[in-house]
Amino acid sequence: MLRFILRRILATIPVLLVVAVFVFLMLRLTPGDPAAVIAGDSATTEQIAKIRDSLGLNRSLAVQFGIWIAAVLRGDLGESFFFKMPVTALIAQRLEPTLALALATIVLAVLVAVPLGVLAAWRRGGWLDRVLMGFSTLGFSIPVFVLAYLLIWLVSLKLGWLPVEGYRRIADGLIPCMRHLILPSLTLSVIYIALIARVTRAAVSDALTEDFVRTARAKGLPEPVVLVRHALANAAIPIVTVIGIGIALLIGGVVVTESVYAIPGLGRLTVDAVLARDFPTIQGVILLFSAAYVVVNLLIDLSYTLFDPRIRY
Amino acid sequence: MRLRLLLVLAGFFALILCGPASAQGEKILRITPQSNLTILDPIWTTAYITRNHGYMIYDTLFGMDAKGGIRPQMVDKYTVSKDKKTWTFTLREGLAFHDGATVTSEDVIASLSRWGKRDSMGEKLMSFVESMEAIDARSLRVKLTEPYGLVLESLGKPSSNVPFIMPKRVAETPADKQIDDYTGSGPFIFRKDEWKPGEKVVYVKNPNYQPRPEPPSGTAGGKRVNVDRVEWVIIKDPQTQANALAAGEIDVIEAPAHELYASFKADKNIQVVETNPLGYQAILRFNQLQPPFDNPKVRQAAMAAMNQLAFLRTQVGIPEMYRTCFSVYPCGTAYATEVAMDFIAKPDMKRAQQLLKDSGYDGTTVVIMQPTDLAVIAKLPVVAAQLLRQAGFKVDMQAMDWQTLVSRRAKKDPVSQGGWNIFLTVWASVDVMNPISNSALNAACDKTWFGWPCDKALEDLRDAFARADDQKSRKTLAEKTQARAMEIGTHVPVGEYNFPVAARKNVTGFVIGFFLVPWNLQKH
Repeated sequence: MLRFILRRILATIPVLLVVAVFVFLMLRLTPGDPAAVIAGDSATTEQIAKIRDSLGLNRSLAVQFGIWIAAVLRGDLGESFFFKMPVTALIAQRLEPTLALALATIVLAVLVAVPLGVLAAWRRGGWLDRVLMGFSTLGFSIPVFVLAYLLIWLVSLKLGWLPVEGYRRIADGLIPCMRHLILPSLTLSVIYIALIARVTRAAVSDALTEDFVRTARAKGLPEPVVLVRHALANAAIPIVTVIGIGIALLIGGVVVTESVYAIPGLGRLTVDAVLARDFPTIQGVILLFSAAYVVVNLLIDLSYTLFDPRIRY
Repeated sequence: MRLRLLLVLAGFFALILCGPASAQGEKILRITPQSNLTILDPIWTTAYITRNHGYMIYDTLFGMDAKGGIRPQMVDKYTVSKDKKTWTFTLREGLAFHDGATVTSEDVIASLSRWGKRDSMGEKLMSFVESMEAIDARSLRVKLTEPYGLVLESLGKPSSNVPFIMPKRVAETPADKQIDDYTGSGPFIFRKDEWKPGEKVVYVKNPNYQPRPEPPSGTAGGKRVNVDRVEWVIIKDPQTQANALAAGEIDVIEAPAHELYASFKADKNIQVVETNPLGYQAILRFNQLQPPFDNPKVRQAAMAAMNQLAFLRTQVGIPEMYRTCFSVYPCGTAYATEVAMDFIAKPDMKRAQQLLKDSGYDGTTVVIMQPTDLAVIAKLPVVAAQLLRQAGFKVDMQAMDWQTLVSRRAKKDPVSQGGWNIFLTVWASVDVMNPISNSALNAACDKTWFGWPCDKALEDLRDAFARADDQKSRKTLAEKTQARAMEIGTHVPVGEYNFPVAARKNVTGFVIGFFLVPWNLQKH
């Protein structure tokens, strides 16, 4: 197991390196000049040229890449062109809202979707199945921003129960933090509820046709025990996989939700950085996203051993 | 057991929904600014958000009142010698920086020197300065090589780059390097420890600030602070801004989207306040280095095709928020004039078509850059393209984001190598009030603003304006400058529009001027 983990961790290094080179080149080849953005609308070409020089953008691509990659290997992601602060500090500031939103969304989605999926599988083809799957289709179909504005209109503006925008850090208190998380996570969770419920339904349906379920029923076990301890446990691998991918996707990009609810997370930081051509920040954030995908995938793989003892690393 | 669990859960959710009591006794004004604050050095960038940040924490020697008059601000009194070559300024007593140090003439000299290296009006002023010397801690003497008519206008320049006064140790930062010490002497103190880029910027009242006794007007007069804190809450989505204002989570939106004003007017708790009657001027700019606009006759044909009402109706759509203005200087300001503006004052497509025919235009495709992500100007290029097509131009409108546009417009290359022919932009009217501050009138070839007009006659007129020391001659020279600019086709003003502030009705004391200023506001 330990060797497997080490091997997987070592295997991430070339992946991250390829991502780093790709992102670096892609950004430099994209039109747009951070110096022009920094200088402001009335600046002249001369002033812009001076800023380019001060940012080191006049150096050759190879030199720029060498300086950057050497710093990254030392754990230094550089300094944001715009915020004049280390990219690591900037990311650290934005990580908490995104992680909190991602985790709240996934927890909510799992708590709702897994029972729904099991119920739908249990009553496959019946009215309950059709209703639940109909709702899940609806969940896929509603654009996130439409649902977000609807919830804001109803819950915040009409009922006045929850705030419209913003994020409060956990350090400011659990309750303010949760008050600001409920609507965004509810908005985001709808699509994940639909996704996880469908996967759960399919996996549990398959499991319910297996011999061990028939045996469990023949032994006279109560139906909930058959469903949860036998069918669901054996259907866990695809469900865990989709949950894991969901977490990785949520960390990588909840731009619309973060924008509508004005949550200062990594999604918004990425968009702002791209629009401003803030190269160090974009590079840092994408490296982080890549690392998150790798780690989540590793955790998913490792979790398989918990659900299926036949799997060994 | 089950009942107890239910009660606990109900209590928990009630707590969540009721939320914590807000901080007691502290008056906080929450403003959603026009954009995110990223750069904190107002001398390093011309970005308006950084200028506004500057006004929070710094003060200026002079200010401009709402009518365009220059008034002393940090300066107590000033004198000018008979030959108009020596200016002496004395600072007000009791001026202090946020760290408690007294503001001295050495600080002023260092600040003006740094500003003079980056700002166009500052550079012009410094080209006339022979020396700046401290007479004592509160007085300084500025000696000029020859009389210069815009000394006070330069020092009281309200918009970017503003000659803010910083401590000497900060102002000695090289002009091409950003400062990292934000000690000012202005009405607010910046809380860097609470600054969360992209989320929140916090300023607290400067308890030691000594406001002038006069009422506030523009950037001049008494800057009285009536709240304990001002928080800039960064919300990018316009609808979320409006929702937050309706819910009372923020108090002011600096520049709401035009389509939201109807909903503001329908809400009894919200007011729309015009703090900047001058508004913004939109312009169309030609690239004079590349065909077909390297030919002045082709530029004139394009100018004749322009129709301000078409631009304004499409871009803004709310009649009370736009106006036509046939002047390169904003209407209602000292130098506004319709001299030589008949090209655009009376749109005449037939004339445009005839002029284009006479110009020898060979059908070269005109590339118009359209910034799709900048709502305040995104529709202007669409109108320009249509009008030019009607006049007989072959047009290729290329969509891109604003940052691509600002990079591409710096390219002097032919269109086939990534160059351009036309872009449109909008700038605060206060920035273009005279021939020196108006960047589009600069015709010094390679060193000018994008588009690079090159015309000695126009430059001579601007120089004469800078040297003129009476209002009558300046007015005449401003008119001549406009006439020459239109003759050679530097650019085309395509109308003026406003973005009134939207605020909760319990906020009062908005200062009329050129943009939203933070002093004098009260939250009841």
